[in-house]
Amino acid sequence: MIDKNTPRKADIRILDGNHAAAQGAKLSRIQVVAAYPITPQTPVTEALSEFVEGGELKAQYIAVEGEHSALAVCTSASMVGARTFTATSSHGLAYMHEMLHWTAGARLPVVLACVNRAIGAPWNILNDQQDSISQRDTGWIQIYARNNQEILDSVIQAYRIAETVYVPVMVCYDGYVLSHTEMPVAVPSQEEVDRFLPPYKPHTILDPANPKNYNLVTLANPRVNTEGVLCHGYMELRYLLQEALQNSRETIAKVGREFGEQFGRHYSGMFWEDRLDDADIVIVAMGSLATEAIVAADMLRKEGHKVGVLGLRVFRPFPKSDLVKALKKSRLIVVFDKNISYGSEGATCSEIKSALYGTDVNAVIRDFVVGLGGRDVKARELADAAKRSLPSLKEGVLNTEYPEWICDI
Amino acid sequence: MKINALNLTEKEYLLPGNRTCPGCALSLAYRHILKALEGQAVVTVPASCLTVLHGMYPVTSVEVPCVNTPFASTAASATGLVAGLKALDRKGLTVVAIAGDGGTHDIGIQALSGAAERQTDFIYICYDNEGYMNTGNQRSSSTPLGAISGTTPILGKQQSQKDMTAIMEAHGIPYVATANASYPLDLYEKIRGAMLIQGTRFIHVFTPCPPGWRFPFNDTVRIGELAVQTGWVVLYEVEHAVFRLSSASKSIAQRGNLRPVREYLAEQGRFQNITEKQINELQERVNARWQRCLARTPDL
Ligand SMILES: Cc1ncc(C[n+]2csc(CCOP(=O)(O)OP(=O)(O)O)c2C)c(N)n1
Ligand code: SF4
Repeated sequence: MIDKNTPRKADIRILDGNHAAAQGAKLSRIQVVAAYPITPQTPVTEALSEFVEGGELKAQYIAVEGEHSALAVCTSASMVGARTFTATSSHGLAYMHEMLHWTAGARLPVVLACVNRAIGAPWNILNDQQDSISQRDTGWIQIYARNNQEILDSVIQAYRIAETVYVPVMVCYDGYVLSHTEMPVAVPSQEEVDRFLPPYKPHTILDPANPKNYNLVTLANPRVNTEGVLCHGYMELRYLLQEALQNSRETIAKVGREFGEQFGRHYSGMFWEDRLDDADIVIVAMGSLATEAIVAADMLRKEGHKVGVLGLRVFRPFPKSDLVKALKKSRLIVVFDKNISYGSEGATCSEIKSALYGTDVNAVIRDFVVGLGGRDVKARELADAAKRSLPSLKEGVLNTEYPEWICDI
Repeated sequence: MKINALNLTEKEYLLPGNRTCPGCALSLAYRHILKALEGQAVVTVPASCLTVLHGMYPVTSVEVPCVNTPFASTAASATGLVAGLKALDRKGLTVVAIAGDGGTHDIGIQALSGAAERQTDFIYICYDNEGYMNTGNQRSSSTPLGAISGTTPILGKQQSQKDMTAIMEAHGIPYVATANASYPLDLYEKIRGAMLIQGTRFIHVFTPCPPGWRFPFNDTVRIGELAVQTGWVVLYEVEHAVFRLSSASKSIAQRGNLRPVREYLAEQGRFQNITEKQINELQERVNARWQRCLARTPDL
């Protein structure tokens, strides 16, 4: 991953995912942190308070009494013009739900690290992606990291993206699989990050000399202001948020490209492609599962199958058109979802089907629900599932109504 | 300089023509709160009648920077404003959170308690109209015993009120006070006093609500006065643990002429089904609090 030719502008450190996230936030010069402990995110809050108390990070650390407040603090501080950060998991993210809508609706560039964890009942502290997937309609950009380097890099990029398009960004990474697993991570120098990330310019100035009222009640239709100018109604404001997310794809790609130019690690796309050029079977997965899928693809390649992997990095905005291009040659798409939209299917599968509808990609699509509540997912199982799906190619059954669950132990 | 009706600033921060009901005491109280702040504040407001007072986008009746925030999050929003201003090194602005009794005693109590425990440097004002008025007058934990509301429609409320000012005082914050829209200068002075203190400051403002309490809208000020004259509301402040009766409550204590609570209750349609037993219970509560206040006032 690290280009040997680029000059050394970084330290290689052994970091778990949580410390990679905390480092990313610190290097982004966050000014206000508000967070509340929840497994497996807790070490992020502890690391940040250590930075602040130790004088390494000049920021206001607010040890709030709950996650709803954590995001309320970040939202209001962001309104004032401070760069803000919070982190949570599972029940904490669910508890923030109301505020997630509010932050995005108010168009505030808060960055949140979501350490993906299952959600109760029953209690389970281990990994799946049900928590962040359940928040997909709150108007946040969602980026999923495959490894700890990507966590650090994505947090830094998240601020550039959020502060360009005024949409909050959630950087998601798998609990334990990444959060508590140590790997070598290149930690860039502060000067390098400063060069990449300019200070935050708020869209709002809270100034008594020019008093303004933010997020007032809106009515169904646009209304005129005191100068007789017609102003947006609620629906126009919602459209602008949708448009911002649609258009944010360009910003995400540009920020990723520029990050690559400066740091030597390239993030130009919404997803990672592995051997898609000649693949007629494509495995789709998100987060650390994408890494496992590559091992599965290796196995299948050895057996003579033309298999590639598409690792989704950005789930919101969903990269429809790019995905259609990438899947052009595919005849069988095998999707692994670490989430379930009860009564329907995995969320990534639904998205892919929706992206492909009406295009000339006529692939068979199979969905597998895997790894809920920390159930181990082995590359062998992914490979077997892909092979199990092959007969449907001959049968020409494009779709099954419900996903298959892989519960092997 | 002691403030009076003549030397009170003429500058209005709450413009005429807001959307509150006629005779709304919140409107009256807010007018004086904003005058006291002289506009040098950022306010945060949750869902409530105050949101409606602030207007409908893109028109507002209030000339002070304001952020709206979800119902439960008022004090957390204030915490964020304080932290943000501090992070940007912006000085000279007072952060003020203003919420109703529902937003304070009920859904917002967690965030408020948290902010107070963290010694957040802000003023929290609860205006108390003793119910969820924005949603059409349902019971809150500040609705009095015996009062009819949308969710206590026939029997009236069967429980008594939460003493929020006492709860806030128990947080050990440097300043708590009670006030009443019918005594705007007392309210004004308490805001001015609070502005000089660092840390969490809590002010509970009694704001009668004509449609919710069922009294004629031209009686608002009189109902507020009656509340003080009967001891239903006691005007006081506690600054750095020093208790002080103020305004009319102080003179009533000096003269010893508290009127019976029944006189206050009889003026309001919401108490139309109240029982004798409940009236007695309310009178006992009022007496007990009055005695506690007197006990804290050694030299009147
Ligand atoms: C989470 C949430 N629950 C419920 C509501 C609906 N709601 C809006 S205002 C309100 C009552 C407000 O009561 P209070 O705080 O006493 O202020 P008042 O309306 O009396 O001024 C309620 C229940 C809401 N906005 N948010
Ligand atoms: S319902 Fe009561 S508190 Fe609300 S605006 Fe009307 S009078 Fe004021």
